Order: sequence, then structure tokens, then C-alpha cells
Amino acid sequence: MSTVTAEPALPETESNYLANGYSLWSWLTTTDHKRIAILYAVTITAFFFIGGAAATLMRLELISPTPLIMGAETYNKLFTAHGVIMVWFFLIPSIPATLGNFLIPMMVGAKDVALPRVNLLSWYTFILGGAFVIVALISGGIDTGWTFYIPLSTRYSETQVVYGVIGVFVTGFSSILTGLNFIVTVHRLRAPGLTWFKLPLFVWAIYATSIILVLATPVLAMTLVLLAVQRVFGLGIFDAALGGDPVLFQHMFWFYSHPAVYIMVLPAMGVASEVITCFARKPVFGYRTMAYAIAAIAAFGFMVWGHHMFVAGQSLYASLVFSFLSYVVAIPSAIKVFNWTATLYKGSITFEAPMLYALGFVGLFLIGGLTGLYLASLALDANLSDTYFVVAHFHYIMVGGSVMAYFAGIHFWWPKITGRMYPESWSRLAAIVIFIGFNLTFFPQFILGLEGMPRRYFEYAPQFQFLNILSSAGASILAAGYVLPVLYLTWSIRHGSRAGGNPWGAKGLEWQTRSPPPVENFDVPPKIPQRPYDYDPQAEEAQRQ
Amino acid sequence: MSYPLVALPVAATPYADKVDGLFWAVTGVCAFVTLGIAFAITYFCFRYRSGAAADRTLPDLAAGKSRSRRIEATWIAVPFAFFLIFFAWGAQLYYVYDDPPGNALQVFVTAKQWMWKVEHSDGRREINELHVPVGEPVRLVMTSQDVIHDFYVPAFREKRDVLPGRYTVLWFKPTLTGVYPLRCDEFCGTGHSMMTGRVYVMSRDAYSRWLASGSEEPSLARLGFARFRELGCSGCHGPGSSIHAPSLAGLYGQMVPLADGSFVRFDDAYIRDSILQPARQIAAGYSNDMPPFAGRISEQDLLELTAYLRSLANTPPDVPQGNHLQ
Repeated sequence: MSTVTAEPALPETESNYLANGYSLWSWLTTTDHKRIAILYAVTITAFFFIGGAAATLMRLELISPTPLIMGAETYNKLFTAHGVIMVWFFLIPSIPATLGNFLIPMMVGAKDVALPRVNLLSWYTFILGGAFVIVALISGGIDTGWTFYIPLSTRYSETQVVYGVIGVFVTGFSSILTGLNFIVTVHRLRAPGLTWFKLPLFVWAIYATSIILVLATPVLAMTLVLLAVQRVFGLGIFDAALGGDPVLFQHMFWFYSHPAVYIMVLPAMGVASEVITCFARKPVFGYRTMAYAIAAIAAFGFMVWGHHMFVAGQSLYASLVFSFLSYVVAIPSAIKVFNWTATLYKGSITFEAPMLYALGFVGLFLIGGLTGLYLASLALDANLSDTYFVVAHFHYIMVGGSVMAYFAGIHFWWPKITGRMYPESWSRLAAIVIFIGFNLTFFPQFILGLEGMPRRYFEYAPQFQFLNILSSAGASILAAGYVLPVLYLTWSIRHGSRAGGNPWGAKGLEWQTRSPPPVENFDVPPKIPQRPYDYDPQAEEAQRQ
Repeated sequence: MSYPLVALPVAATPYADKVDGLFWAVTGVCAFVTLGIAFAITYFCFRYRSGAAADRTLPDLAAGKSRSRRIEATWIAVPFAFFLIFFAWGAQLYYVYDDPPGNALQVFVTAKQWMWKVEHSDGRREINELHVPVGEPVRLVMTSQDVIHDFYVPAFREKRDVLPGRYTVLWFKPTLTGVYPLRCDEFCGTGHSMMTGRVYVMSRDAYSRWLASGSEEPSLARLGFARFRELGCSGCHGPGSSIHAPSLAGLYGQMVPLADGSFVRFDDAYIRDSILQPARQIAAGYSNDMPPFAGRISEQDLLELTAYLRSLANTPPDVPQGNHLQ
């Protein structure tokens, strides 16, 4: 890009956080937020491909309406593994624990997070939880679905439910510690003069996410403990046969698991705001509204869990309230989509890979959000609940939305993280392949749901086969799209061209330092801008000529 | 056999038609919004691509602020208005639909891993099949013997979870004869996807013939009467009993007073609770003498006893009970 100006020419040997020790030990004992971010990135990438492998096998099986390569038991274990791993070991930590860890201290102008050793403890806790889940998978797997509904998970399943539940329980502490760390960091370590309304929206998003992590995760922890106690000792809190109530379990489970969707999508919105403003060369449209929308989503996100239970035996009046509130929470999400679109107006737009990913995110999030309007409606949900329509809807939000944004962020900050540029053509190609593969995989599933195909079906009626084959074909394209970045990004670590401190001419504080940054992030204290996203499309155009 | 590549299920009830109406309305709005946003993004990306000659002057800060406030207020208010319509429309359909008509044909459904057991009020039993007459409301009273299942008939656009330890109700009034798939829609273990069946909506004639063709089975109420005596219920609740316990005749569907001063409807759920945990809701004027039957009585027995008490709905308390079933 043309805006790379007066970059101080620093020698390659200049000390930076990556050069601060090369031994495995130096990585495993680091308290540097940037290195911990990379520890997380490597681990969740591994989990992403384990969860992805499970999905690949499922899509392969679903080519045929009758058993093809496995039995029902195996299929059920695969979708459980896919759900548990992707939700708790990839999506929830994805943007917060990698990009958030790397960027939050830099974006607020700090040397590190407020509690660096707690940050490392978070990662070890995550690893310990992950180990339990891996043990559960190796020792036979779990067949309850990631939702662990009772009494299937307590009285009837004969699989490794307890290991899995312990794994998720332990990982929850990692979420809580990370969230706590970000909250304290944003409150206490902002550079002098960096007021709340000068913070990038990414910081707002991660801050709101952290609040959800800290408030919601303990409820999940309690619920899982009660589940384990019921399974092992027969305590009957949720057991109808002992006077308990299985629907209570669902209330408690979704009290966490619906806000968890916002844990996954708020950070994605933060990334999109950074990337779109940078490549449109324009301040984000309606900065304050965008910040308030983030806060509103986090707040209302706690009040809509009952929309998962319209047909579960919940009272009609509760359902009415939850339906209404679910429409309310859609408003701030709609605002964000409109404002991103308006940000493009009168910009000076370029289409580097991060921008392609970010625009892909907006499109897929839009479809995911709009299909949520169907499921918030009582009469429509009573038809569509637990069908493939729901599967398609939440994959549009969580994969189309969050994973696209994660990739946008990884490419956008790759030069900052590694000091090297990623290969542009390959990255654009991957963005396009992923977008096409994703739609081909999941759009047919909306129609499958409308046709009446329930989710979690190992065998299905022959009339559903055509759309399932289409979906599986899309999945193979999507898989190729996901493998590409691993290859070219790995290649670029050694062979990519040098990035310089600010290859995008971006305005965030993190771009005021070298790439890769020094151990304490800034050689000289960063200059605090008058307002966030201080881009000027006209100046940009003038400079081109 | 060949199938159409894409085909939405027929709508076999008037309610399903109404749900489809809402569906297409929401789809119309969403399609419009999707195309609008896609067009705007594409247009801006083209018109304002870097290097393209275009007017990029923005209004000064103060004017810009008030203008963007107005724009934002518009795109908060307009979607909210549509959301309110979607909410009210969906809620109204569902709310009106929630209450089955009093004259509905009652059918009991017991789900278990991995089958549907269906019992008609006259005692006719089926497995994974449900035969109903066209044009008549049918009320399913459902419970599960093990895990949570879900009774889902796409042609009716309706489903309801089937839970252990309580009854849930689903009702429909099919107006189109045909055979419609029934699927379990809540993951229930290994055989979940095999837990399917069929709903036969038959003309009245065909339905009568089907009813008549059944083997001679005693009605559920008669079985319930037998159970009422075997389990010892009649010793206290029967006519002429010397023990101070309420007669249960003529109560079904009525509001009954409780010892704590509140009232409760004497319905399937109350009967079930009162058999399993009598101490929880004691009828006014009586003491807690009845032993709890939780864990000692099967779902089948509960269904039969409920059918029996239901059959007593119009019987005066002093008539010898059971006679009306002869």
C-alpha cells in the first residue's frame, strides 16, 4: 500500500518478543501476553483440525441416507466431539485468547496484561481441560451431543460423559481468568489520555466479551458439577424419577450457552470494525452507536436463553417474553451491519485479504442473523426447532461469522505478529474458496430443515439425499479452504517479505511500534490519537495521484 | 423411487397454512434486506474503490453528526417495527393455537428409546403409527419412559418435547387425508434417527373401518378401573369406603380446593402428581394419609388410571363406580 511512510529502518537483529528465547522452555514459562497468544493460537489450531476432522467424517457419512462408513454410535460420538471441541476449545478462546491476548495490551498502550502470570495459568488450565476431553475421546468418546441433555447424559449414556464434563468444567476456569485479566487491563492499564471513547471497537468488544465470560461461565460450571454428581452419585436435582426437573438443566445450560454465542460473535464484530475501517480508509460510521450496540448485545444476550426451549415444555408465558427479548437483541446486531455498510460509503477502498474475509463475515453474519428472526418467532420455531434449519443458522453465525472474522484478524495482524507479510494472492484465493465452500455447505441445510429433517440424524429419509450431497460437496471445498492458510501462513513465517511497523497505514496504537514488537511492546510511548479511526479517504486519494 | 430434489412438506392442517403464511412474509422481508445490503456493499465497493474518481467529501463534523443520528434512528426504528410485527404474528398464532378444543379426540403417546407407543381412548394400541380421522381435533397427551424425545410431524408444522415424569400436550386438526412422516426431533441416543413413524389421516369411513378392524381390546378406562382396584385405590376412594378420602367421581376438569386455600384443576397433570407425590397438594378437608406411588407404578398404569378418572367426569359421586363402563 502507498501509505507506508517514514518507517524507521530497524535491523533484523533488533530484539523483539520472538527473539526473546528460542527454547521450548522459554515458551512454556513465558508471561509475555504476545507469546501466550501464540501458545493459544497453536493449541486452538490443533483443536480446530480435530473438530474439523470429525465434521469431515460426518459429512462423508451423510452422503448416503443409510449407513455408509460407520454405525449410529460412532456418528453420535463424532457430532458430540465436533460440538464440544469447536465450541469450548476453538470458538470461545479463538479471537479473545489469541488476537485479544496479543492486541489488548498494545491497543491500550500497556506493556502487558494486568496479571501476566494469571494469563499463563489460563493457558495451562485450558490445556488441562483439553487433556480431559482428549482422554474422553480416546477412551471411547461421548454420545450425548455437546448439550449434555439430562437424563440421556446421566442415566442412559454409557460413554465417557464424566471426563468430558470435567474437561469443559476445567476449561471454564481458563475463560474466567482470561476475562478477568482483560477487564482489569482495560480498566487499569490504559495509557494516559486514552479515554473509553477513544478505544478501538475491538477493545470494547473484547471487554464486553470478558464480562460475559466472567458472569456466565460460573453458571455452566455449577450446572456441569450437578450433572456429574447426578451421574456418579445419583443426586436427583435434574432427575424426574427422583423428583427433579430435566427442564431446569436446560434453563441453566442455556443461561450460559446462549451468552456463549455472543462470546463467539462480539470479538468477531470487533475485528470486522478494525479491518473495514482500515481498508475503507474511513472512520467507522457511528462510533458511539457501535460501542453502545456492543454493550447492548452483551446485556440483552443474558435475557434470551429461553428461546432455545420454546418446545421443551417451558411455560407459554415465559416463551412469549423470551420471544420478544430475542427480537430486541437483534436490533443492535442489525445496527452493526448497517453501520459497517455505511462505513464503505465515500471510502477509498482496497481489497487485501483481510478485507475480503471481513466483507465475507458481514455477508454471512447477515444471513445468520436474519435466519435468527425465524427462530425467535414462536410459531416458526415450533416447526424449525432442532431441525437442520437451526444447524445452518448457527453455523452461519459461528463459522460464517466468527471463523471468517478470526481469519480476517489473523491476516490483518499477521505482519504485526510475525514481522512478515502473508502471500496476498494465495490469501485472497483462500478467502474466496472459504466463502463459496461455506455457502455450499450450509445453505442447503436451511432447506433441509424446512423440509423437516431433524438435526443429529444418522440415517435420513431418501428425499433428503440430494441436498445432503450438495452440503457434503461444499464441505470438501470448505476443508480445502481451511487447509490453505495453514500452508501459506506457515510458509510466510520464513519466506514472507518483511512487513515493517505499519504496512496497512492503520491507525491503532499497535501499529505505532515495530513488527514484531519489542518485549515491552513500545520503544517509545505511543501517541494517543484525537479520535479513533482517524482515517481520511480524501487525503488517501490525493496521495495516490 | 425418485424424489423431487427440493420439496417443502405439504401443509395438512389449517394451522400449518397459517405458519407458512408467516414464513413467507418473514422470508420476503429477509430476502429484501439481504439483497439490499448485498447491493449496497457491492455498489460502494465498486464506486469508492481506491483510485476511482468519486465525490468523497463528507459533511463537516457537526452537520455530519446530526445527519448520521437521523440515519441511525431510521435503521433502528424501521427494523424494530418489523420485528414487532414478526413477534406479534408468531406469538398470536402460537398463543391461539395453544389451547386444544374441549371435544378433541384424546390419544396417549408414550415414547421410549426408540419407539412411539400410541394408545387410543378405546384401548386400541399402535406402535410407530397413529391413525386419526380427518377434520377432527386430536389431542396427544405424551410422556416418556426414559430420556427426552420430541414428537414432530413436519406436515403439521408442530412439535413438542416428550419428557419423562410429566405430560406435555400437542394437538392438531388435520384437514387433508394422507400419510405423514413422524420423526423424533430431540436427540435421544443411539437409535434417534430410527425413531420415526407415520401419521395416517383417514377419511371418516376409513377411520371407522380401521377402528372396527382392531382386535377386541378393553378400553383404557376399563383397564384403569381394574388397576384402581388392584392397586388398592378403591379401598379409600371407592364409594362406601370407611376411610376419609375424597370420591374422585365427577371431578375431572373441575377446579378443586386445596388445604392451603388455593385451587387446582383436576386434570391429567394433577392426577399424575397426586398419585406419585400425594403430600404435595392435599385436597381441602383431608389429611395426608395416602402413600406416595412414585417409583412403584408404571407410566402405563398412570395412563390407565387417568383414563378411568377422566371417564368419571360426568358421574355423580354416589353412583357405584365402574358401572358406567359395562
